[in-house]
Amino acid sequence: MPSPRYTREIPQRYRLEAAKCKKCGKIFFPPRLVCSNCKSREFEKITLSEEGKIVTYTTIRVAPEQFSTQVPYNIAIIELNDGVRLMAQVVDCKPEDMAIGKPVRMVFRKIQEEGAAGIICYGYKAVLA
Amino acid sequence: MREVAIIGIGMTKFGELWTKSLRDIFVEAALKAIDDAGVDHIDSMYVGTMTPGLFVGQEHIGALMADYLGTAPIPSVRIESACASGGFAFRQAFIDVASGINDIVLAGGVEKMTDGADVTYALSTAADQEYECYHGITFPGLYAMIANIYFHKYGASRKHLAMIAVKNHKNGALNPNAQFQGEITIDDVLNATMVADPISVMDSSPVSDGAACVIVTTVEIAKKLGKPVVKVIGSGAATDTIALHQRKDILNLDAVKFSAERAYKMAGITPTDIGFAEVHDCFTIAELCIMEELGFCERGKAYQMVEKGETALEGRIPINPSGGLKSKGHPVGATGIAQIVEVVEQLRGNAGKRQIKNARIGLTQNMGGSGASSVVHIFKIE
Ligand SMILES: [Zn+2]
Repeated sequence: MPSPRYTREIPQRYRLEAAKCKKCGKIFFPPRLVCSNCKSREFEKITLSEEGKIVTYTTIRVAPEQFSTQVPYNIAIIELNDGVRLMAQVVDCKPEDMAIGKPVRMVFRKIQEEGAAGIICYGYKAVLA
Repeated sequence: MREVAIIGIGMTKFGELWTKSLRDIFVEAALKAIDDAGVDHIDSMYVGTMTPGLFVGQEHIGALMADYLGTAPIPSVRIESACASGGFAFRQAFIDVASGINDIVLAGGVEKMTDGADVTYALSTAADQEYECYHGITFPGLYAMIANIYFHKYGASRKHLAMIAVKNHKNGALNPNAQFQGEITIDDVLNATMVADPISVMDSSPVSDGAACVIVTTVEIAKKLGKPVVKVIGSGAATDTIALHQRKDILNLDAVKFSAERAYKMAGITPTDIGFAEVHDCFTIAELCIMEELGFCERGKAYQMVEKGETALEGRIPINPSGGLKSKGHPVGATGIAQIVEVVEQLRGNAGKRQIKNARIGLTQNMGGSGASSVVHIFKIE
């Protein structure tokens, strides 16, 4: 990933920063410039809840190249307590520990190594709560 | 709006076409379609292809294909909507003829996936790079997430997904253009290597090379040429969130629903009027969800239709008589056009051993990514 792109996304990846529509209250993660619900362009910056639950999940056994050393790994759609959904790996547990509805907590971890230089990319993952 | 018909179809065999180039497979399919139509010229062309830049390092596909088909200087442009590129290319050709701008238009699709590119990566570019792929998700993984929640909510199981794979391979075994022409068993699917639980390699469509083309014109010209008139009676397209997790309900493929509703409305018909359909079974679970969005059954009931054999070749509403993406192959940009080729073959009564009895109205549904774009067409034989 080119470094300007990585740098741009640090507020979301490191701090779960989202945008809340000032007009209708809908929360967007990542932040957007226009609300898809009410078309307003006014937002306030908020930080998302770090607690949530598993909406659905899978265990990846055939991975893209930069994740190939991690297989098998669990990945889930998580609904945070403020209603926002995101995708994240669920770590420190076995595939058979995964289930729809299980509570999780977001943590800060290494996500992948990029390219031959092995540049380390960070971000959020989840652990079972 | 002018009434539109298909007068020519052509496709290559789908599979690992290592001895043929991207441009040659496209031209092979295009020449077949032009010969089938019996026309001496075309006015414009639309070429659906997902990512030839990543697969073979070639962009600027519209001009390249017009050049090698010998149709330059006509207008020719590449259309991209991930795996729905072919279906959207057809829609542009339909609009071009219906609007009165051009009379005889070629809609094609092509992809060359087996030339050594990183296919998993190339396909994943249709998902959200920053908020899905960054975390290690793959396309089988996205559909696996849909499957898990479908199982949880409706009580279906891997066995039902396997029935879809078995049915589609059974149909594909009767299709000389299919990549796989052998039948498989439920156990073959259940015992296959897992890619992303609960999706196995036998729940997944293959990596393929291939091209397909059709010639579109007005009903009036089709009649003058003395061709069987396969009318395009409905066209609908729609979009949805690029990321699966952004949808209100993970099981709702809204783009499929809206594209179908728009096509039904234009055609002035309802789902019960559809005799058979070619749908985007990139993974077995997709076929179930699509059946529900197209209105062929109530939500959560599609797996029961499959269990009863209602979607088999001799069933109440045959689905994927060609073998579908699963057995026929899935050269992504070509798929949407190949679906239309199959529907025209069926409506003309030329589908050989896989011919559906009394085929009158057929539907095609082609989808991009995890359902962020979808295009539906409905065809009727006069
Ligand atoms: Zn709003």
